Amino acid sequence: MQNRFLRGMAHGIPIALGYLSVSFGFGIMAVRAGLSPFAATVISASNLTSAGQAAGVDIIAASGAIIEMILVQLTINIRYSLMAISLSQKLDSGFTTPHRLAASYGITDEIFAVCSAQAEPLTPSYMYGMILVAFAGWVSGTALGAAAGQLLPVALSSALGIVLYGMFLAIIIPPSRKNKNVLAVVITAAGISILFRYVITAVSGGFAVIISAAAASALGALLFPVKDEEEVS
Amino acid sequence: MTVAVYIFVMALVTYLIRMIPFTFFRKKIKSRFFRSFLYYIPYAVLSAMTIPAIFYSTGSIVTAVAGTAAAAILAYFGLPLIVVALSAAAAAFAAGFFC
Repeated sequence: MQNRFLRGMAHGIPIALGYLSVSFGFGIMAVRAGLSPFAATVISASNLTSAGQAAGVDIIAASGAIIEMILVQLTINIRYSLMAISLSQKLDSGFTTPHRLAASYGITDEIFAVCSAQAEPLTPSYMYGMILVAFAGWVSGTALGAAAGQLLPVALSSALGIVLYGMFLAIIIPPSRKNKNVLAVVITAAGISILFRYVITAVSGGFAVIISAAAASALGALLFPVKDEEEVS
Repeated sequence: MTVAVYIFVMALVTYLIRMIPFTFFRKKIKSRFFRSFLYYIPYAVLSAMTIPAIFYSTGSIVTAVAGTAAAAILAYFGLPLIVVALSAAAAAFAAGFFC
């Protein structure tokens, strides 16, 4: 339906604006890591995810192993599986298997958040509209950042390298403030990550992230199991 | 070309993670440990990715600390993602004039 597609597009605009600046930072980061602006743009178009792309670029820059790339993407992006499971419960009957195969590409944190907030069942057109607009913001921001990163004054492009990390802080700090268990897991993960950076330096960056995150989350799950009513955010 | 192989693997894994549960999953996860683990994993991953890497993200520890402080304070007060992210860069940029 055209109406639903347009409604999805409208709901995608704030997401796209947010993506534009964050992906601009990603473009700069990727070029600084030695990738071409074209490669950076292809990564954004084919992955549509922030943290996974940033970690992926680190692995490419370090010429890491392919298995490392697979495990890092699995660990960082496994949250999308949960979101996909959650969204799969509220799909319209028009959501046939081909539509599911296509729309699943666009499940990001923000698209998930907006889709979950809808009262009515999700239609393919609605999701496609939203994904299209968000995609445009993410990919054009990357291309601009990757290209302009070379033109901008060094002071400015250096400062923009922190954009993605700033967004990550904005994702983890508010829930850590509200929930002491999340805070404990966040601090544990950061502590182990610091240990890998300065003490156990033989472990490569990607694996260090996996081990830090898995260990902290397993400890959290053992010590503070979530209650049944607590839904994945 | 190796970069192309990395990108292909990266995109494929990311797609399958989204596609398989979205297309085939219909039930709820029962294991409380596994559900708890999955609940914590996004925060743990982002935390491990950010610390200590954020301090090296601008090429200068001083400007990075300024950006991190700005982001942490604004995030603490629950400002929108985009405001926090851009303020981190603005603070790092401003700090660059003083060192």
